[in-house]
Amino acid sequence: MAKCRIKPILSAEEAVKNINNGATIMVGGFNYGGIPYSLVQALVDSGVRNLTLISNDTAYEDVGHGLLIKNGQVKKIIASHIGLNKATQRLYNDQKIELELVPQGTFVERIRAGGFGLGGFLTPTGVGTEAQKGKQLLAVNGKEYILELPLTADVALIRAHKADRYGNLIYFGTNRNFNPTMATAGKLVIAEVDAVMEVGSIDPNDVVTPGILIDYLVLKGDSYYAART
Amino acid sequence: MLPELEEEQQRIRIARRIALEFKDGDVVNLGIGIPTLVSDYIPEGIRVVFQTENGVVGAGPKPVTDDWRFIGAGGRCLSLQPGSALVSSEISFGLIRGGHIDHTVLGALQVDKDGNLASWWIPGKLVPGMGGSMDLVTGVKSVIVATSHTDKNGNPKIVSTCDFPLTGVGVVSLVVTEYAVFRFLKRRLVLCETAPQVEMKDIKKYTGAEFDVSDSLSLMKGCENE
Repeated sequence: MAKCRIKPILSAEEAVKNINNGATIMVGGFNYGGIPYSLVQALVDSGVRNLTLISNDTAYEDVGHGLLIKNGQVKKIIASHIGLNKATQRLYNDQKIELELVPQGTFVERIRAGGFGLGGFLTPTGVGTEAQKGKQLLAVNGKEYILELPLTADVALIRAHKADRYGNLIYFGTNRNFNPTMATAGKLVIAEVDAVMEVGSIDPNDVVTPGILIDYLVLKGDSYYAART
Repeated sequence: MLPELEEEQQRIRIARRIALEFKDGDVVNLGIGIPTLVSDYIPEGIRVVFQTENGVVGAGPKPVTDDWRFIGAGGRCLSLQPGSALVSSEISFGLIRGGHIDHTVLGALQVDKDGNLASWWIPGKLVPGMGGSMDLVTGVKSVIVATSHTDKNGNPKIVSTCDFPLTGVGVVSLVVTEYAVFRFLKRRLVLCETAPQVEMKDIKKYTGAEFDVSDSLSLMKGCENE
């Protein structure tokens, strides 16, 4: 089914009602940058549990989606780095959370494969390391590669700079990171933005994410971290 | 005994030496810790393009006023050099894996005689994760390791075979410590430079791997005026 042409603008609280217990979610962001802070805070407040979280890192214990981990709302994490969040480290050491660590380039490419209709891809990254454990190795022209499989999610929560009412998105600074890729790989995609503008006010040459990928728009809130990014 | 150094002195010596490896126009990715310091020591007349994993090509120093919409991989604000580019993670890692970056400077838990690097996991203790390091060591043309010669307990960080899980196999080009510079030449570990007042017997004592000594062994570059 095609998505609405004119995207509904929801509050963060309304938007995260689309995320149920046990859902697999993608959350954009790298370190402090490009996290959809208002959406993840609403998800924390919703109390939804047993989530599988696909995000590059797990932010910090008291920042962004790091709070989902600290609150015990996440059962499994797929990420490249968890070192910034002490709660993740603690829960993992106590065997209270499942963790799949993926090299960062492989992480984003798996999401890209998921969103772009690929069955997987071959990467030299991780050959001869723990990262190849349980995966198929293939030799192409005498060089070894790991077969990596796609990642998709029930819902992708992303952060962009501005949207038009059709959901076309532009990004700003280092807030871009994983967001445009995750926008292709969620069944439902919710974008948190600084501003929503009339159709025609974004030059089509500047659009990074076409609006046909987006379901809902949410305006960025004014919490400390949301405001400064 | 190896000469005693303050930690700050160690870090500066390592960073300053690594900065002398770059040629004008090189594209360089710096890791967290000592590697970050390298950007402070780029010689005059050498223009280096700094790339960050989170999507900057042409990163500059920390700005006077923080703008959190522009950060580096370590989560600190950065400035943009004139002519820089901002890209998504998929392009950033395409640049890294695709061989478009000249040097990466990384820290290490251990490096071994076969050029293997371990830097992301201390089993049973700490699992920060590999982040972008596995892609960096796979795709970047020259992998430079910046590390103290020994760990906090005095154990060598250059070892015969890494005990910790690997980041990459046979990937390291250069190892710079506060006392010595080693290169991997024809798959062999070769001592090329030593710091002032460092004696060969001590380098051997505190290096956990066998190594060759270069015919042109010299004073560690950058230490001339110490």
